[in-house]
Amino acid sequence: MSYTGWILLTASLVGLSCGLIGVFLILRRMAMMADAISHSVLLGIVIAFIITRQLSGGHMLIGAIIAGLLTAVLVQWFNSLSIQHDASIGVVFTTLFAIGVILIATQVGNAHLDVKHALMGEITFVPWNTIELPFIGAVPEAAFLLAIVLIVVLLAILAFYKEWKITSFDPALAASLGIPVMLMHYVFMSLVSVTTVASFDAVGAIMVVAMLITPAAAAYLWTDRLSVMLVLSGAFGVLSAISGYYIAVWLDTSISGSMAFATGLVFMISFLGSPKHGLLSRVIRPFTIPSA
Amino acid sequence: MAVLSVQGLNASYRRNKVLDEVSFEVQPGSLTSIVGPNGAGKSTLLKVLLELHPKLSGSVSFFGSTFGRMKTRVGYVPQRGSVDWDFPTHALDVVMMGLYGHVGWLKWPKRCHREKAMAALEQMGMADYAGRQISQLSGGQQQRVFLARTLVQDADLYFMDEPLAGVDAATEQAIMATLNELKTAGKTVMVVHHDLQTVEDYFDHVLLLNRTVVAHGSTEDVFTKENVYRAYGGGLRWVREG
Repeated sequence: MSYTGWILLTASLVGLSCGLIGVFLILRRMAMMADAISHSVLLGIVIAFIITRQLSGGHMLIGAIIAGLLTAVLVQWFNSLSIQHDASIGVVFTTLFAIGVILIATQVGNAHLDVKHALMGEITFVPWNTIELPFIGAVPEAAFLLAIVLIVVLLAILAFYKEWKITSFDPALAASLGIPVMLMHYVFMSLVSVTTVASFDAVGAIMVVAMLITPAAAAYLWTDRLSVMLVLSGAFGVLSAISGYYIAVWLDTSISGSMAFATGLVFMISFLGSPKHGLLSRVIRPFTIPSA
Repeated sequence: MAVLSVQGLNASYRRNKVLDEVSFEVQPGSLTSIVGPNGAGKSTLLKVLLELHPKLSGSVSFFGSTFGRMKTRVGYVPQRGSVDWDFPTHALDVVMMGLYGHVGWLKWPKRCHREKAMAALEQMGMADYAGRQISQLSGGQQQRVFLARTLVQDADLYFMDEPLAGVDAATEQAIMATLNELKTAGKTVMVVHHDLQTVEDYFDHVLLLNRTVVAHGSTEDVFTKENVYRAYGGGLRWVREG
């Protein structure tokens, strides 16, 4: 596949997996947890690197899951000690992120791992960092990792669709029906962590928040059905990733920045134009004549 | 055998003690209202019983066993304000959620579940609204959807947290008719209730709660001026005369 082809595929995989996970982040009112986890996974990656001395996908995923879960557990714990939820999120992730930054600066500072890369991502390098797969041949490691994460996310959503729905909508009922609400919460946090870390190489820690939140927030404006919202959000993610790439080529600027900007455009269009919640429909509706 | 037996239950909320040595027993086929001032621990009591909120000490038994074993026999209607009504789902879907325990892990709801949910909506007079997004229902209609969801659970003991709060008169009558049907069918119902004027008309038992049990028994014996005063302290303006 061509260089551009790999970049578009990698970016689309980011858009799709982030779009799917983002739906439940929005519905569970946990948008800020995405921000928190996207930062604190840096610590997990750094520690995985310190222990194994290599930047391999598998180690990074494990480090990210541990860091993501640690964030979720600490936030929950502080909150149970009467510290406001948003305050505990702010305290926990900045501290974990800071430890990651300090470790990078002192322990592992080298060409492979630096703060700027972790924050902004560098999708232009993705096609060169390949691994050999049987039958398929050379594949960029980031794309391979993202494909695996996407399969895991899809399986988790399809297999436990009704459990995700009920624990998001009414956790009290879910618990009284015997569904392990807290376990589902931590599994979800793990999914957010692996999605984030797999997207790291491509878009970085800050832009991944845009990919997680914005397409889902836009999809929410278009539909009243959870299944439709999932499909739309994934589609918006892919659309933003691809159009973001071409915006970047056109303006000769940062690819990850343009992708995040494209998600913002999709949201703006949805906000103005969606038939149910859009600004335009509110203005226009009084003048339409009911067909029935 | 008591449907529900509570002994010396203590619980706190954000370090304030809200339940203090609460003990009572509920007999099968009773329709009990839980009444008390704001902050008396009514909702917390339900949450502790359903293990949604931790208890400090005390014992609770359902049908002579633990909640964990009897889960499927217990139904719960949370307060209407406790869920996000903008959630992308429709009335029928919400009712089907009551059946998720029956559907089982890794399975999708089938046609029989759909039909059962539809029947419950019909019973609550909500069949025409099955496909309506839930934020586009009135407060009373939302409460009927919640009640339909509880009906499909087919439990033996129901807990309801303020089902009559902020609903229209027609919904109030529909809900009370349903509660009486449940009672006739031998089910037990406990309702957190805020309207003292309707307690005598609607419920055969009363649990007066203010952090601890002030009085508990049949409405006739327990719902007296003195007891209500004791439960509400000096804060009560309304007292039923005669």
